[in-house]
Amino acid sequence: MATGPGIEIAIRDKRFAPDAPPLFADFRLSIAPETVTALVGPSGVGKSSLLRMIAGIDTAFDGEVRVGGRPAHQAPPPGFVLQDARLLPWLTAIDNIRAVAPGIEDSRALALLDRVGLHGAADSYPHELSGGMQRRVALARAFSVNADLLLLDEPFVSLDRTLVDELQALFIELVEHERPTVVLVTHLVEDAVRLADRAVTLRGRPATIISDIVLDTSRRARTPADHARFAAQIAAAPAQVMG
Amino acid sequence: MVFPNRLFPTPVAVAVELWDMALHGKLIADLGKTLYRATVAFLIAMAIGTAIGIALGRVRWADRLFASWVVVGLNLPAIVIAIALYIWLGLTETALITAVVLNKVPLVVVTVREGVRSFSRDYDELAAAFRMPFARRLRFIFVPQLMPFVLAAARTGLSLIWKIVLVFEVLGSDGGVGFRVSVFFQFFDITGLLAYTVAFILVVLAFEYLVMRPIERRVLRWRPAQA
Repeated sequence: MATGPGIEIAIRDKRFAPDAPPLFADFRLSIAPETVTALVGPSGVGKSSLLRMIAGIDTAFDGEVRVGGRPAHQAPPPGFVLQDARLLPWLTAIDNIRAVAPGIEDSRALALLDRVGLHGAADSYPHELSGGMQRRVALARAFSVNADLLLLDEPFVSLDRTLVDELQALFIELVEHERPTVVLVTHLVEDAVRLADRAVTLRGRPATIISDIVLDTSRRARTPADHARFAAQIAAAPAQVMG
Repeated sequence: MVFPNRLFPTPVAVAVELWDMALHGKLIADLGKTLYRATVAFLIAMAIGTAIGIALGRVRWADRLFASWVVVGLNLPAIVIAIALYIWLGLTETALITAVVLNKVPLVVVTVREGVRSFSRDYDELAAAFRMPFARRLRFIFVPQLMPFVLAAARTGLSLIWKIVLVFEVLGSDGGVGFRVSVFFQFFDITGLLAYTVAFILVVLAFEYLVMRPIERRVLRWRPAQA
């Protein structure tokens, strides 16, 4: 069974160019193991950059990001879900999984595809799959690389409402079963209130945390009223003093 | 009416001539020679052109340095290159093949460079996100994106190579389809000329349907709609 790592973020300084204003300055955030944390904020605030630092892809900053006690770039690669499905169109569904997780056994890859509701689609090329099915493959691919740490970068944009509901239900089911640590980047409060245990809202440059809310009702039990309550908290919470 | 007949032979006459030259003449030997030259030149040109094309597509200063040379290479008359090389290297096989390669390489370079430039940043990001090592990036991300362009270069390149190999054979060689064609010219032998042309076209068609198409189908089978 998966056991998600904890994440400790302490960024003293992150900027894209030496003379650019800092994206992050003295930014601290710690993420508990096996939780789903949503990073909410407008585009350009640095959410995706933060995600890439957690992923260990972006190491050009002053400070330290530790995943499970190890520097991020030395930790096992996370399961990443990007904005679009971003499958390699020249590979079948299962080969898309094998391409990023070369050591994976066929049975495990097939089980993951089954898991996301794609039984029998392993040998289909992406163009033979619907948009929703492609996203499912992307989710399975992320789990195949690392079922302990999932990083999702705006995974539900440019999808219609039904598809979003469907994928979010699938996401919740997978998360409750596998218990990974999840960091979800989104500009939509609705995504956060449905999926997250904790919603961290970022604003400004350098980015600061303007609210940090624990969503205490279990995901499955949340009613629309809960969603509205959380959304109001995220929108209105006064900036909290971060330790 | 002997004269017009000799210049406009019937298809039957051409077919008979073709058959006769294949059995008793030098047709097979000539075709073999030409095919050998075309194949060697093609393989060398594709290898060199693809390598240079990738370099120019990836490395900006290299492109700035050599882009105008590529244009010069593209537009340099084939016959000039051939004559220069024949003078320098003599009427040799090496001179002929080198001349063909030099004519072909710029075309491959341009096509492949375009291909490399069209590479999607999205897939680079994907590779970075999953920390794919270089060998796997090459295999799963670069090569598949490059293949359609290499195939396009191969297809246009082959047609060019057939043609210039023949011209260079006319210019100076000891055999091959082009050489024989120049002999037919001296005798005003249209029947022989057409017979050789037909043989040549048959080879090209066979190559297209037995080699190029199956390769394309295999390499590009992931593409949604294939005409």
